[in-house]
Amino acid sequence: MRKDGKKIPDASKGDGEAPPNELRTVSRRALITGAAATAGSVMTVGAARGLGIEQSSLDPTRVPGERPVEVGSRSPFETPEKQLSGSAGGSSRTPHHELHGILTPADLHFERHHHGIPQIDPTQYRLLIHGMVDRPTLFTLDDLKRFPQVARLHFIECSGNGGAGSRTDANPRMSPQAMDGLLSTSEWSGVALATLFEEVGAHSDATWFLAEGSDAAVMSRSIPMEKAWDDAMIAYGQNGEAIRPEQGYPARLFLPGWEGNTSVKWVRRLELSDRPFMSREETSKYSDPILGGKARLFSFVMDAKSLITYPVYPDRLTSSGFVEISGYAWTGRGVIDRVEISTDGGSTWADAVLQEPVLPKCTTRFRYAWDWDGRPAHLMSRAIDETGYIQPTLEQITDVRGPGTRYHYNSIRGWRVNSNGSVEFQPPA
Amino acid sequence: MRSSSRYGLRAHHLAVFVSALFSVWACGINEGGPEDPGEPTLSWTNPGSSAASFPSGQGGRYGFGSPASVTDIAVWDIDISPNGAGLPSGGSTVTEGLKVYQKKCMACHGPTGTEGPFDVLAGRVPGDEFQFAEDRSLRSTVGSYWPFATTLFDYTRRAMPFDFPGSLSDEEVYGVVGAMLFLNDLLPEDAVVDSATVAEIIMPARDRFIPDDRTGGPIIR
Repeated sequence: MRKDGKKIPDASKGDGEAPPNELRTVSRRALITGAAATAGSVMTVGAARGLGIEQSSLDPTRVPGERPVEVGSRSPFETPEKQLSGSAGGSSRTPHHELHGILTPADLHFERHHHGIPQIDPTQYRLLIHGMVDRPTLFTLDDLKRFPQVARLHFIECSGNGGAGSRTDANPRMSPQAMDGLLSTSEWSGVALATLFEEVGAHSDATWFLAEGSDAAVMSRSIPMEKAWDDAMIAYGQNGEAIRPEQGYPARLFLPGWEGNTSVKWVRRLELSDRPFMSREETSKYSDPILGGKARLFSFVMDAKSLITYPVYPDRLTSSGFVEISGYAWTGRGVIDRVEISTDGGSTWADAVLQEPVLPKCTTRFRYAWDWDGRPAHLMSRAIDETGYIQPTLEQITDVRGPGTRYHYNSIRGWRVNSNGSVEFQPPA
Repeated sequence: MRSSSRYGLRAHHLAVFVSALFSVWACGINEGGPEDPGEPTLSWTNPGSSAASFPSGQGGRYGFGSPASVTDIAVWDIDISPNGAGLPSGGSTVTEGLKVYQKKCMACHGPTGTEGPFDVLAGRVPGDEFQFAEDRSLRSTVGSYWPFATTLFDYTRRAMPFDFPGSLSDEEVYGVVGAMLFLNDLLPEDAVVDSATVAEIIMPARDRFIPDDRTGGPIIR
């Protein structure tokens, strides 16, 4: 049994039954392990093995290694999983505390759907561009792939991300996955939307376009044309492969730095207009009440935010001394200028090291060498972006937006390290 | 019977308000952008690449894709604008709409639209106060939060009912929209619902929305 209580396959039983689909990906290595266990003493060095390695463990130098496989899989000892959340529409969260670097493996990329994942035959896919254009045009997927390709690394974050961490009564036993799992980073490949809008002859007086998906919600958002001329793209590639179905296969709109909902997945239609369309998702949802009896519409840009991914709940520090505090920072307004770390609950701050590459509208990995004295500590990170914006506290946000603010929860997160090494979520006081 | 000042149907206010609102947004969003959208800044173009000077044929185009006919466009062009553009002909009544609602909507939204278990759709706040920022427990109902009734038609037709999305006829959608407006005290029970009703009704939250004023920099908004 794994630590999480899930059954792993025991191929040594050899009962001839095909493993269920969910177990097939780990069956090859499990087969070797199982065979070794059966062979027992032949495969191990014996009691004098040393090195602190358990006597019963397999000596990989005494058995032939595995053959190449058509499609690789993770080590069966590595079991990162998305955490499922939400109700009808469904969402899943990226396990930040189990990842390295900045890229999110495509199968661990967060999901937020408004009516499930559609299955789309790429030969039947069409992108329609019409409205205020000279030439209303239908593009097949092959058509899209013939245009000059662009590729960039970018984060995408749901603007509802972090809601659970922004409550004053937040559960202290929350991992960064549970709290801020609706954030992921990929290399996105596709065609610049500007290229397509040039191709169809976008009218110069078109100021907005509607982006519409072919999911069961026929999700739609109004986007200012300025974003198309800037850095918007129709993406069909993610981390080197075709976009996954849950990320919009075969093609999606991608708007770097903007709230995830605007990057309409499974995009089928773009209609150019001289005004926004006021869809349900941009009025009754994804608008931000603020003090004074108002609400912000079209709050597109994701402001600077940072997240410690180690040490966090459920980590447990085993000894005092060197601890590398690590995490990522990102901003929808450009590049991260610096990240500051506090280990004393925000009384003092010091610069973290930013790991290259530091890219615009992309997560940046930061590191900070901490000498833990074994006493209780309160860790925090705050991001400062190229505009001079400093990631605020929850109090700063609610002072101007009120406690009812519903999206864009980018306040400083905090982690309390107890003297026994356990770590719990604790926002700044 | 669809026009009644008691229910806030003030058509002549619509155009003035909408155009004012849009011009405010346009100013904010175009700030710092390219002067002429016809000559876009192609920030994707790599220095030294030939993309800027390509293509040479097809009138400056690549020539990929195929023309979309009026028929092609009509299949997918389902959006409704806040000025009512896109609303189909025909109509229904609140009475008919309530029958559709009870049959196809009530299981998720409750007998009067206030009970759930899914989105709470009905309910007004006394005086139509808009205290959503102050009070996290308030539900953003159609009557208290939605700025346009056209959105209600658009969304209901494209995405509802949840278990059979896009299955309602235009007449059924008009009816359900009418029922929803009735349950929010925005239409009388004997009202007819058609394109004029949906386009002209002034929703209580209509003037509550403002452009995003966050700009980056040191100020927290």
